[in-house]
Amino acid sequence: MVLDIRNVHVSLGSTPIVHGVGLSVAAGELVMLLGPNGAGKSTLLKAVSGDAPARGEIFVSGQALADWCPQALSRHRGVMPQRVDINFPLTAEEVVRLGLSAKSPGRADELVEHLLSDLEISHLRHRLVPGLSGGEQQRLQLARVLAQIFDTEGDRLLLLDECTSALDPAHQQLVLQRVHRLAREQGVAVLAVVHDLNLAAQYADRLVMMRAGRCVLEGAAREVLTPEVLDAVYGFQARVVELPEGYPLVIPLGQTRAQTAPLKPVCRQAS
Amino acid sequence: MMTPSGRLDSTPALLILGSAALAVALVSVSSGAYPLSVADILRVIAGKEAADPVASMVLLEVRMPRFLLGFLVGAVLAVCGAVLQGLFRNPLADPGLIGVSAGASLAAIAVIVLGNTWLGGWLALTGDWALPIAAFTGGSLTVLLAWRIANRSGQTAVATLLLAGIAINAVAGAGTGLLTFYASDEELRSLTFWTMGSLGHAGWDDLVLGAPFMVLALVLAPWLARPLDAFLLGESVVGHLGYRTDTVKKVAIVVVGLGVGAAVAVSGLIGFVGLVVPHLVRQVLGASHRVVLPFSALLGGTLLVAADSLARVVVAPAELPIGLMMALIGGPFFLALLLRTRVM
Repeated sequence: MVLDIRNVHVSLGSTPIVHGVGLSVAAGELVMLLGPNGAGKSTLLKAVSGDAPARGEIFVSGQALADWCPQALSRHRGVMPQRVDINFPLTAEEVVRLGLSAKSPGRADELVEHLLSDLEISHLRHRLVPGLSGGEQQRLQLARVLAQIFDTEGDRLLLLDECTSALDPAHQQLVLQRVHRLAREQGVAVLAVVHDLNLAAQYADRLVMMRAGRCVLEGAAREVLTPEVLDAVYGFQARVVELPEGYPLVIPLGQTRAQTAPLKPVCRQAS
Repeated sequence: MMTPSGRLDSTPALLILGSAALAVALVSVSSGAYPLSVADILRVIAGKEAADPVASMVLLEVRMPRFLLGFLVGAVLAVCGAVLQGLFRNPLADPGLIGVSAGASLAAIAVIVLGNTWLGGWLALTGDWALPIAAFTGGSLTVLLAWRIANRSGQTAVATLLLAGIAINAVAGAGTGLLTFYASDEELRSLTFWTMGSLGHAGWDDLVLGAPFMVLALVLAPWLARPLDAFLLGESVVGHLGYRTDTVKKVAIVVVGLGVGAAVAVSGLIGFVGLVVPHLVRQVLGASHRVVLPFSALLGGTLLVAADSLARVVVAPAELPIGLMMALIGGPFFLALLLRTRVM
């Protein structure tokens, strides 16, 4: 397993947010974390990225997170935060280069060009970041994170916190296709927090549903995205249609109750 | 000459700024109450007898130490400003704004006023180094304090930082006021020197005392360049990119404490260099600290020496305190910056 989380608890200040979560991601697997606002998805991701103090065990490539040398870890684990605000006049290219360690200048140029054009932002290369749109900045951050782990030998882990939140539908598809391809072709393990259920259904190998700081269900899209589960976890009614492409499509039909209402038992517990 | 992003390339920038620095240096050492000819200056520097015997004395004992100290103080203040702005991810951070200079100067003033009484032990312990060490300690403690107050759960709250700076400045100001109240006439004269900033008394002694701290700060600063670039993306990103965030912060605090503390110790309070210079450099050469730090040092030194030369001539034969001169230039610039930035 590239990522192995066992019985992890996270508190922010004195408020417990994540309660005893266990989860693993294998090489080449794209796992998406789902759940309503405040379910603890981003906090769990922060525990893995080292930004939130966690109790329990987190292993990356079989080695406890705390035992990693920061420099080495940064070559194996790329982290894309929910937001990055830059208010200094850095160019897009300079931001991507921040992700590169000591690589030969020729190789670095080639890599920057490849990543920028792959995410369709090579025309922004010399533009100042504060002047870019939210979606452009989001793709730029992804390019920077990918640069960080691009040439690494061995296990690689990519943590994405709502990496498509500022993107238009076409670029959401583009970004997730790239991430999916990275997992398939290069064996990168990906753990991503998403809100868009249909994007999750389309791209994830496995979905993990969280509610109130716990993982309540884990499985393939057609097992997790059912009207019963969506009602129990999110509190809305939905019609779920099986598409000929092989994944379900969720059509929301309206909110049925407040999300703070007591949780109905979820039909199937994670195996 | 220009990069594709519309910036000046660093090589021509270095040539332009380097020539400006040389020109300013020449003007600075030649002008004053006793004008020196360029020929004499060159002859003395080359180690030969000057045509005018007084020229050699004036150059070596008065003008040279003053120029070197001015350049070093300007360079250090500008670099410390750049470091703080990167660390706080805010182009408006400045050693003066967050109270570091006030803390350093309060400690220096305490040594001046209480050196013969309460702080006699300190003076006995540290000897000639009492002032710079006290100023350094005061500066470091205030950086640490501002940092602690503004930092909640890994995020630096900019508004809190500036408010903390106001509070620290107020407390340090009150302390300075209290000490002024108790100061004797002679001590008051030295006090005025601190609060307005001056290079008027600069000699080789000051250079020997202050230079080691300032040079150390300038030598440590380049180590911060890459991590500070990462800081521009957010504090958590620094860790994600493989830097030890806490170590980086500590080194930054030591650099600012050393640099500003020593600068205040030898030249008093000189504001706005740390704010104006890095901002100018970023506008022309970009925000990467591998460019911002060295060019800030060069421009800061040049600007302060230029301001000092100006301060000597505008009201000749008297001279304006250099702190006053910089505030006259920096104040309006800061206001313009506030109007342009709008969002803090």
